[in-house]
Amino acid sequence: MSRIAATFAALQQHHRKALIPFVTAGDPDLATTVPLMHALAAAGADVIELGVPFSDPMADGPTIQRSSERALRNGTTLRHVLGFVAEFRKTNDRTPVVLMGYANPIEAMGYEAFAAAANAAGIDGVLVVDYPPEESVKLCTLLDRSGIAPIFLIAPTSVDSRIEQIALLARGYVYYVSLRGVTGAANLNVDEIRRKIASLRTRVKIPIGVGFGIRDGKTARAVSEIADAVVIGSRLVEEMEKSAPGKAVENVSVLIREIRAAIDRG
Amino acid sequence: MQMGDLPDDKGHFGPYGGVFVAETLIEALDQLKAAYAKYREDPEFCAEFEYELKHYVGRPSPVYHARRWSEHFGGAQVYLKREDLNHTGAHKINNTVGQALLARRLGKKRIIAETGAGQHGVASATIAARYGMECVVYMGSEDIKRQAQNVYRMKLLGASVIPVESGSKTLKDALNEAMRDWVTNVDSTFYIIGTVAGPHPYPMMVRDFQSVIGRESIWQMEELTGRQPDAVLACVGGGSNAMGIFHPYITHKDVRLIGVEAAGLGLESGKHAATLCAGKPGVLHGNRTYLIQDDDGQIIETHSISAGLDYPGVGPEHAWLKDSGRAEYVSITDDEALQAFHDLCRLEGIIPALESSHALAYAAKMAPRMKKDQILLVNLSGRGDKDMHTVAEKSGITF
Repeated sequence: MSRIAATFAALQQHHRKALIPFVTAGDPDLATTVPLMHALAAAGADVIELGVPFSDPMADGPTIQRSSERALRNGTTLRHVLGFVAEFRKTNDRTPVVLMGYANPIEAMGYEAFAAAANAAGIDGVLVVDYPPEESVKLCTLLDRSGIAPIFLIAPTSVDSRIEQIALLARGYVYYVSLRGVTGAANLNVDEIRRKIASLRTRVKIPIGVGFGIRDGKTARAVSEIADAVVIGSRLVEEMEKSAPGKAVENVSVLIREIRAAIDRG
Repeated sequence: MQMGDLPDDKGHFGPYGGVFVAETLIEALDQLKAAYAKYREDPEFCAEFEYELKHYVGRPSPVYHARRWSEHFGGAQVYLKREDLNHTGAHKINNTVGQALLARRLGKKRIIAETGAGQHGVASATIAARYGMECVVYMGSEDIKRQAQNVYRMKLLGASVIPVESGSKTLKDALNEAMRDWVTNVDSTFYIIGTVAGPHPYPMMVRDFQSVIGRESIWQMEELTGRQPDAVLACVGGGSNAMGIFHPYITHKDVRLIGVEAAGLGLESGKHAATLCAGKPGVLHGNRTYLIQDDDGQIIETHSISAGLDYPGVGPEHAWLKDSGRAEYVSITDDEALQAFHDLCRLEGIIPALESSHALAYAAKMAPRMKKDQILLVNLSGRGDKDMHTVAEKSGITF
């Protein structure tokens, strides 16, 4: 069983929901990423989404844009990110790691080379924001063959036929974008998400995570009641941004523990 | 498949084009695709588009024989397709009229646009005023500095101009920001993309609306010279004016199609925007095309004296025309473009846009080596009034 499937199976057995933090690799600096990943796992992260910085992050709000810009100024490349995961795997063989980013760094590396390198590094899933299913059949096949889950977004605007198309290719879990907008935006409508998730479940047979707009324990808790996983990104990056130098890992750990506790409070 | 029949149903021009966007935009693009498929065949829509082009834009734009400039070369005869004489001073208005008519039929009351030089922003603000729509224009803060007059024009026309401070603060970042706005306000908002790039159906749709340039040229050249030119030249940033004049000529196999990119300070300097000449394929802004990027797939800042060519991507149909060999792509430096700019001012009494000056400069290279009965047709895509500050600054003059 894949690490992602094993993680969700174990959670389900204990009637718990997954907490999936997102951080950008290479932010605030190259040296922090691996310790940060370990800290996230220790604080209660079930899956880690690791952002691959891109110069033109079209689907991201200002917080993650700034984070990408910092990571790129630090010289972070896709190869570095793969290296971080390989390093992380030396002492953590349990927590799934999903790369999240944009198409062009993968295009530049080449699909075969990327799938092989991701597999060797111990990556469990890949979410490419600007590879919708119709443009990513070839990459998905290669990833699938390497045991890496292609992870897809589903939007509030996705129609039923579209959801079926995504469900055919999606592995691991799907990521429901809880609002119209970029990452980090506000205004979460829990009732709307509840209705949407219920309808998604008739077509999507793998776990459903919800992200975009989750700010705190309260929103995380509300989302965890209806979804299988809660994804939190911009809020963490914001926390790191305002942390004093050297304090980012500690502060993010505190925040993740708070959110973990809010989700688990039964 | 006939080259003129591209793209396919999924928006592909060979390996290029397509729909590379976040899931949130797919439904809006599907709706747009369906609406455009319907209205492009709708006689009422087509009639309204033609009416607006004639009575509001002032089409057809003339083709002009630049006699003194041609004499100056002593070679080929150079003809200019005068898109600079359109309302708002560039070809950009053709496309904004088409897309605004589509927006109206889709019931969208708010339009957004990205702009580099400001020409597409002005054209969008203009058409928004014409149809009573709200208009928001995203513009890189670097470009705002370079094109202060166009910013004021947009504001006069009632548009809000939002400075974009991310990335290189130029056209590509304005496009990112407009996409983010669209993702957020997709129900109320129509995104008028200004060039033949972006996700399907934009490259096809913008090309179709701009193809009026080439269609007119074909009958105008026949009328003026009794034949078609030996070569058609146009500058290429995103590539909309070039696609507009090239497309109807694609099936005229004996007419060379030459796209002229911005070599900036020279290709070897690394400070240029010559995507097809010096870039490699990748994915950006919703389509697969040539991009100026580093080995890790990060987009590199481009440079051109003309803000309208300062873009690290290019329309996917140009990528296809390049690979298939149907069109040739060359580049012209800032200095060469400036020389052509000044020559056209002095010899023809026409102040060209710095973007168009790149195409003029390549014609100036070709013409002297050609025979006197040979013909070059240059798309003079815009007028240079907006570039006064840039040119004056280059000459050491401040107002």
